[in-house]
Amino acid sequence: MTIKEQQDTIIEEFSFFTDWTEKYEYIIQLGKDLPLIDEQYKKEENLIRGCQSKVWLHAEHKEGKIYFTADSDAVITKGLVSMVVRVLSGQSPNDIAGAAIYFVDAIGLKNHLSLTRSNGLLSMLKQMKMYGVAFRNLEMR
Amino acid sequence: MTNSEPITDSALDIEKIRKDFPILQTKVYGRPLIYLDNAATTQKPRAVLQSLENYYTQYNSNVHRGVHFLSQQATEAYEEARKKIAAYINARFDHEIIFTKGTTNGINLVASSFGRKYLKEGDEVLISAMEHHSNIVPWQLICEEKGAVLKVIPINEQGELKMDAFDELLTKKVKIAAITYVSNSLGTVNPIREIIQKAQALNIPVLIDAAQAIQHIPIDIQQLDADFLAFSGHKIYGPTGVGVLYGKEKWLNEMPPYEGGGDMIKNVTFAKTTYNELPFKFEAGTPDISGGIALGAAIDYIQHIGVAAIQQAEEEVVAYAYGRLSAIPSLRFIGDAQHRSGAISFLIGNIHPYDLGEILDKQSIAVRTGHHCTQPLMDFFHIPGTVRASFAFYNTKAEVDELVKGIEKAKRMLE
Ligand SMILES: Cc1ncc(COP(=O)(O)O)c(C=O)c1O
Repeated sequence: MTIKEQQDTIIEEFSFFTDWTEKYEYIIQLGKDLPLIDEQYKKEENLIRGCQSKVWLHAEHKEGKIYFTADSDAVITKGLVSMVVRVLSGQSPNDIAGAAIYFVDAIGLKNHLSLTRSNGLLSMLKQMKMYGVAFRNLEMR
Repeated sequence: MTNSEPITDSALDIEKIRKDFPILQTKVYGRPLIYLDNAATTQKPRAVLQSLENYYTQYNSNVHRGVHFLSQQATEAYEEARKKIAAYINARFDHEIIFTKGTTNGINLVASSFGRKYLKEGDEVLISAMEHHSNIVPWQLICEEKGAVLKVIPINEQGELKMDAFDELLTKKVKIAAITYVSNSLGTVNPIREIIQKAQALNIPVLIDAAQAIQHIPIDIQQLDADFLAFSGHKIYGPTGVGVLYGKEKWLNEMPPYEGGGDMIKNVTFAKTTYNELPFKFEAGTPDISGGIALGAAIDYIQHIGVAAIQQAEEEVVAYAYGRLSAIPSLRFIGDAQHRSGAISFLIGNIHPYDLGEILDKQSIAVRTGHHCTQPLMDFFHIPGTVRASFAFYNTKAEVDELVKGIEKAKRMLE
């Protein structure tokens, strides 16, 4: 699936929820379900500092695609992180670097990507795009 | 709200008081706002908002400068506010009240001006383990500059100062002690009278960070006999951008100015500038005129309600909250001091404070989560942060009940 298709699928999934509780229960479940990152990658240099919750991000470049794994110490953040990973992981560096992420907004969680939210999600997204740019440049050499 | 039993609040008519605060009538996510983040900033009564509007619609003008009518009116109102503040804390002189931008600004002023004059290599500055970053970093900066040493009074597991350690740390080497009256993260009320007396016995001046005390506890500065006291207007129902530094006349006269500019000078030539008298020596540039005047209006409002009644109402609602929260399984208080005021910090099981805050927010309950600008304190407790509910006299027991319900729901979702 493309980045766009992944996002549209998530939006569709969320369209079934009728209130915030269901939405958050789903996000929390995502957060709980996924052992997202190999312990060895949960190290200082992979840490993205949000003010309140920590996010770790690891990227691997294989056969023209970037595979992300990530984790957070807060479960809601972790749920959000897992959705972003689902959208961007396995895509090409070029697509990642240029990706427009609209699903967070569309599922009514816009404020999670605002600067005032100190959950590290926005910084994680920036970091992912930076990986996209970096690996694209590497491929072009 | 939901309880079947009638909820009695204190002697104050809180429902009536709530009508004085327009924002308390707003809705968040379609539900009534439950504002329990008063330690971060308090809401403003209509009298304060009115004062701001009156200033800008009727007599906006620069102070201490013009001979014209409006300027005189603005100057009078601004100086009247200074008098009100002086009277509120019972300062000996009005000119011991310096208008600042807030607590942080006041502490920086003292650290810089006092430090430049009195600190030398090997001297010590004494703070405590529960200080807000704004009562740590300014001292670190000046200590670094002067080769002085920052010493820290430790705390116990309940979040109280270890007074025996304080006694040992209080030596002739200490040139100033800077201690918070009330901890913003833990709600601990420190024994500052005792601290000041002991310091004075060794001629050591004391700065009190009153950011979390001024709105909860009546302060008589002459009785306390603190050398400096700093607080923020926005935490005592006034506007943001204005605060107060009280300093004993003797220190303020001796200390060099903090910032240079207009208003703080008597005479400027390129060879030498003579400084204006107090308080203007420390008030360079055009001040926050409307803010100062509106802070005066906030003080009027508080006095109209009655400081003692406010304290009683707050003690009641905090005690009620403490009782209801203690009944929640797996909730643990961070900071459990005997004497507390204003704020209650806690954690629940292994739930991250951010997650809990998020689910409370969705239920229109505003609390603060995180380290509350007291990272060394969080390190002491080995936690990333806390959830903090902080109260003002306009908070009701019914709101506490909503908080408890909100936490229970969050627990169900997150545990
Ligand atoms: C104990 C304490 N000191 C200092 C401050 C800083 O106040 P301000 O940001 O208004 O300067 C605060 C505010 O949170 C505080 O709680």
